[in-house]
Amino acid sequence: MRREGSLQRWWTREGSAYAFLAMYALLFLTFIAVPVFAAIALSFTFFDAIQPPYFIGLRNYITLLTQDDIFMRYVLPNTVQFAVIVGPGGYALAFLLAWMLAHLPKGPRTIFALILYSPSMTAGVAMVVVWRTLFSGDQIGYLNSLLLNWGLIQEPIQWLYAPQYLMSIMILVTLWSSMGIGFLAMLAGILDISPDLYEAAALDGMSSIWQEIFYITIPSMKPQMLFGAVMAIVGAFQAGAIGVMLSGSNPTPRYAGQLIVNHIEDYGFFRYEMGYAAAVSVVLLLMVLFFTRIFNRLFATAE
Amino acid sequence: MRKRNWFSRYAGVRNRGINPDGFHVSQIKFYLILLPLSVFMVLPILFIFSSAFKPPDELYAYPPRFFVINPTMKNFNDLFSRMSGSNMPVSRYLFNSVMVTLVAVAASVVISSTAAYALSKKRFRLKQALFTINTVALMFVPIAVTIPRFLVIHRLGLLDTFWAHVLPVLALPVGVFLLKQFMDTIPNEMLEAAQMDGASDLAIYWNIVMPMIRPALATIAILTFQAAWNNVETSSLYIHGENLRTFAFYLSTLTTTATGANAVAGQGIAAAAALIMFLPNLIIFIILQSQVMSTMSHSGLK
Repeated sequence: MRREGSLQRWWTREGSAYAFLAMYALLFLTFIAVPVFAAIALSFTFFDAIQPPYFIGLRNYITLLTQDDIFMRYVLPNTVQFAVIVGPGGYALAFLLAWMLAHLPKGPRTIFALILYSPSMTAGVAMVVVWRTLFSGDQIGYLNSLLLNWGLIQEPIQWLYAPQYLMSIMILVTLWSSMGIGFLAMLAGILDISPDLYEAAALDGMSSIWQEIFYITIPSMKPQMLFGAVMAIVGAFQAGAIGVMLSGSNPTPRYAGQLIVNHIEDYGFFRYEMGYAAAVSVVLLLMVLFFTRIFNRLFATAE
Repeated sequence: MRKRNWFSRYAGVRNRGINPDGFHVSQIKFYLILLPLSVFMVLPILFIFSSAFKPPDELYAYPPRFFVINPTMKNFNDLFSRMSGSNMPVSRYLFNSVMVTLVAVAASVVISSTAAYALSKKRFRLKQALFTINTVALMFVPIAVTIPRFLVIHRLGLLDTFWAHVLPVLALPVGVFLLKQFMDTIPNEMLEAAQMDGASDLAIYWNIVMPMIRPALATIAILTFQAAWNNVETSSLYIHGENLRTFAFYLSTLTTTATGANAVAGQGIAAAAALIMFLPNLIIFIILQSQVMSTMSHSGLK
């Protein structure tokens, strides 16, 4: 009787909050929490999608670290290179662009912001058509035609199938489309800083632009900087499919553009080694976590 | 006097530094960097427009020309008169995309905002913990758990249903996060006053909070729109029959199979399809851009 009473009291006090949360919580559990925990659980098993998974302990991770030659020689270095340039690199670029835009009046600023943001809307599919044509391997390809015209190359180059170029093109294309909501957040953050702060600093004798950026702009918008950083890192890892889309094959030519995401797909959907693929997924999630922690240290607001 | 006005307009202190009202000489250096860069950024997008209207002889001209000379609607006609492999008209893919996107956007606005309302304005014990979990989930990379997600959708019997397109898109931590941050700016006194007057929770949420967070809702609508409209994975992984697949998927098949005998026709059609993919993104963002910017100033992660 008393139990029922307290339950009822709890429901009148907090019930409506949970009612409002219910739909989202259900979706969150189903499509984010359960898959993440399933990946962690599967990573300790052997699972070929035909027979039920059975526990094999850490063997997937040991194989990954000691025997997966492709992972160690191509996938890991590629992923780190790609993620460092596209993540922090794209992030710094987004900040600089946002900072420059903030110094322009509203009209031109809006137009530039729209132009810089619009590539991020096209997200992959639509743009593959364009990249395939621009980097096309025959002389009709725009880049080849230009370079041939200027006499810089003698023969058309197979840009998307040449291992030595694929990675650079992937990075270029991803950077091009990386000015997303993180960029918009930083722009808004810079615009929100009170002009008084700058005036006060000018009176105190602060003169160089760099001093202004590092002592006023960035510290005053740490929360937006952190949001931008998380978006940049997630974007960099999420963009992993680009190499396969550009070259049209998984694995990419001589693994030149093979990223961790493609490795997961390769093992999970082509070789049906789901347990092993899950172990690779867990490593990927840990990498995201690791990168974000670094930024967290940089921009943590004291509270 | 007039002259002074003119002078102060272009050299005044107000036009230096952040968020100026007008032009100032100090801005020239930024224009010098931003102009060439935005030309570079916008070229591939102009290229979609240009290619979509090119007749076949211009698509394969040597040397290639960037801009179209004799624009034609041929590529669009070809696209829509074409049948896919299983005798399904292309308009069916487009119809599926429109339906999926509409339902996803509407559902996402409601689901994210109700959750954000609880996290921002309700008092309950797990509030802080749940918000932290959602914030950690901002780091979630969906592509990493493609396989377990597939297994979940398979278990729930959602394979080959309309909902396989919609439901995964609705779990959008960044949406709840942005809405919650935005709702935090609504003063609590306002809601308490309404509560005194006997307004129910639902009435407060719908009549007071929702109208005040319109900019944030617009932002969530855009994010969901992009996630649903551009999504290829749901069609290729969760749907086996062509009749439920989306336009984004159809476009991806064009770019992967545009070799061999079909290559000449294929490129023009693919360009037209790419333009159809891109335009709604652009139009919606242009309409809602000022709302998005005002949401973003509350986007901070503390």
